Amino acid sequence: MEQRRKRIGAVENLKETCPETMHNGQPMQTIALFIPCFVDQLNPAVGIDMARVLRRIGYAVRFPEAQTCCGQPAFNSGYWHEARPVAERFVRVFRDADAIVCPSGSCTTMVRNFYPELLAGTPILAEAKSVAARVYECCEFLIKIAKVTDVGASFPHRVTYHDACHALRELHLKQEPRELLRHVRGLEVVEMPYCEECCGFGGTFATKFPMISSAMGETKSINVEASGAEYVTSTDSSCLMHIDGILRLRKSSARTIHVASILAQTALPSENASISTVAERTR
Amino acid sequence: MSTPAQEFLRSAAIKSADLEHRRTIRAGIDHYEAAVDRAGARFLDWEAARQRLHEIKWEAVNHLDRYLLEFEMRVKERGGHVYWAETAEDARQYIADLAAQRGVRTVVKSKSMVTEEIDLTHTLEKKGVTVFETDLGELIVQLRNEPPYHLMTPAMHLTRAEIAKLFGEKFGGVESDDPQHLVAVARRALRKAFFSAEMGVTGANFLVADTGMIALTTNEGNGRLGSSLPRIHVAVAGIEKVIPRMEDLALIWPTLARSAVGQSIACYNTLIGGPRTASEPDGPEEFHLVLLDNGRSELLADSEQRDVLHCIRCGACLNVCPVFRKVGGHSYGTVYGGPIGSVLMPHLGGLSKYQHLSFASSLCGACTKACPVKIDLHHHLLHNRRNAVQSTERPASERLAFRLWSWAMMGERRFALLGSAARVLLRGVQALGLARTPLDPMRPWTEVHAAPAIPKKSFRALWREQHGAS
Repeated sequence: MEQRRKRIGAVENLKETCPETMHNGQPMQTIALFIPCFVDQLNPAVGIDMARVLRRIGYAVRFPEAQTCCGQPAFNSGYWHEARPVAERFVRVFRDADAIVCPSGSCTTMVRNFYPELLAGTPILAEAKSVAARVYECCEFLIKIAKVTDVGASFPHRVTYHDACHALRELHLKQEPRELLRHVRGLEVVEMPYCEECCGFGGTFATKFPMISSAMGETKSINVEASGAEYVTSTDSSCLMHIDGILRLRKSSARTIHVASILAQTALPSENASISTVAERTR
Repeated sequence: MSTPAQEFLRSAAIKSADLEHRRTIRAGIDHYEAAVDRAGARFLDWEAARQRLHEIKWEAVNHLDRYLLEFEMRVKERGGHVYWAETAEDARQYIADLAAQRGVRTVVKSKSMVTEEIDLTHTLEKKGVTVFETDLGELIVQLRNEPPYHLMTPAMHLTRAEIAKLFGEKFGGVESDDPQHLVAVARRALRKAFFSAEMGVTGANFLVADTGMIALTTNEGNGRLGSSLPRIHVAVAGIEKVIPRMEDLALIWPTLARSAVGQSIACYNTLIGGPRTASEPDGPEEFHLVLLDNGRSELLADSEQRDVLHCIRCGACLNVCPVFRKVGGHSYGTVYGGPIGSVLMPHLGGLSKYQHLSFASSLCGACTKACPVKIDLHHHLLHNRRNAVQSTERPASERLAFRLWSWAMMGERRFALLGSAARVLLRGVQALGLARTPLDPMRPWTEVHAAPAIPKKSFRALWREQHGAS
C-alpha cells in the first residue's frame, strides 16, 4: 500500500517539462489533462485533440499517468463503497494541479458535483472539494477561464449540437459549446428538434435496459437526421458512441464527432494529420 | 407469477418498440410543452416562483405536526370529521364502513391519485357500491378497466378515435370523435350519477392549515358537483398536502396549473370548509377528511429524501421524462409512475419490490429541472440505487463485477493492461466477423448498435509515444 502511494506520488509530482508559456506577459498555468477511462481506451483521438487545442491557445499541458477512472460507473450503479477508493485516488492524483480539464461533461460532473457527497465524512473531503473547484469541462474552460471563443479552428461542415445531460443540467453549459462552434471557420450550426432530450446512453442504463436506451437513441438519431446536419457533436464521447452506433445501424449519412475534435481541426493540413486518420477510423 | 421487475422489463420492451404509442405520446407532450411555455411567459421569474414554492412546502413538511393539528382543529370546529389513517387498509376500511353505515349505493369520485393508492374503487365495488369516476380522463380508463396512465392526464395514451369507439360501446349515441361531442356524451351519463349519488369522494390538492379548508382544483367542475350534491362528502389526502396559509395559494395555484397542463390557472379552484351549516341552503350534510400516512412518516424521517413530500402531483416530471415517453405509464406497474413514482414507490411499497425503477433511468435530470417544487428527483434515484446495493439483493455477479472493477481502477498499470487486452480481444472478434454474434463479448451493446471502431492504441500509449514516459 505504502509503495503504491509512493508510486502515485512520484508520478504526480513530475510536472510537464514544456518551457513555460507566456500569455499577455503572464505565465500560463499548466493544465492537467483528465482523460476519462473510456476516452483513454475507446476514443483516444478526443484526448489528443483537446490537448492540441489547449496548446494552440498557449497552455502547457501534462497528463498525470496515474489516473484511471473517476468512479462514476460504480457510483451511478449504487456501489458507493467500491467507488470511494477510486475517487480518493483521483483526488490524490490531481491534488497539485492548477487546472484540470476534461473532454466530458459527465466525468466533470462526477468530480465537481458528486465527490462532495460520495466522500462526505472521509478525511480527504476538504481536498476533494478543492480538486472539484479546479476541474472544468473543455468548452467551459475555454470560454469561462481561458476566455477564448475562437481557437483558430476550421471545419467547413453543417453541424448540430446535442446537449449532453450532465453538461446541460449539472454544469449548466448551454451556450459555451455553441459559442465555440460558431467561431469555427466554415462551420454552420444547425439546431435539431428536441436538442435537450437525453440520447439514452446513461452508462450502465444502456446495458441494463437496452430496449429503452436504444429507443431513446433512435429518437435522437431521427432528430439529428431532421436537422440536415452532416455531423452531430457534443461534449461527451459516451453519448456520441451511443448515437453513432444507432446512426450507422440506420444507415444514416450523419456522423458523430466530439466538439474537441472539431476545435482541433485547422485549415493547415499538416496539423490535421493525426486527426484525419482517427476520423477515418471512426467512420 | 413474475416479479414487478420482470413485468417492467417485459412491458417496457414492448412499449419502447411501439411506434404508434410513441407518436401518440409525442403529440400529447408537444401540445403540453407549447402550453407550458405560454403559461410560463406569464411568470415574471419562474425560478423565483419555484424557489418560493419549495420554501413554502419545506416549511409545511418540516412542521407537519403543528400544521396538521391546526388544520384538524379548524375542520372539527366547523363540524367536519377527521380520520387519521395509518395505512391504506385503515383508510379504505373507514370509507367502506361509512358507506355501509349510511346505506350508500352510489359514489361519485373526482380525480384523486391517493384514492388509487388505497385502491378505494375496488373496495367499494366489492361491497356492492357503484362507483363513477367523474373526471373525463378517469372515466375513460375506468370504462377500459385499466389504471390511470398518467397521474395528471389519465387517458394520455388514447386517441380521440379510440375514445369515441369506447363511448359508442358503453354509452351509445356517439356521432363523431369531436371532443365537444364526446364530452357531451359523458356529461349525459354522469349528470344522472351526480344526482343519485349519496356519497361524493374527492382528493384534496392542499389542506390549508390557517383556515381549515381543503383546496380542490379541477378543470371540469366535477369536484364541485361531487363535493356539494351528495349527502356525504369524503375527502382523502396524504398528510404531506398541508400548507401553512391560504395566501400561499396565490402562488401555488398558478404554478400547479402551469406545470400540470400549461394553464395560467385551472378552471375551478374550490375551497371547502366542511359540511353545510344551519344557515346554508346546500352542501353536504357530512364532511369526512381521511388523512393518509401509508409510509409518509417514514419518508419524513429520511432527511436525505424528505423533500419528496413536497410533491404536488402535477405530473411535470412524467411529461419531460424520456424514459416515460418510451415505456409509457402502464409499464411502471405502480400507482405513481414516472420519475416521482420511481423515487416514491420504494418508500410506499418497499425497496426490494420497486428498486428496479430507480435503475431504469439515464439520470438525465430533466425531471429535476421541471419540478415546480424543486425535488431533487434524479439524485434521489441515485440514493435509492445506493440503498438497494446496501440493503437488498443485487445479483452476485454484479457485486463481483464492481469489486473487480474497483480493483482494476486502483492501479494505472492494471487498468492499462486490462484495457489493452480487451481491445485486442474486441478487435480480434471484429476481424473474424464475429461482431454482433453471440460470441461478441460486447453484447448486449452490439445487439442494438453498430459495432464501434476499436482503436489500436489507448490515449496513454499515444501520449507516451509523443512525450515519452512522464
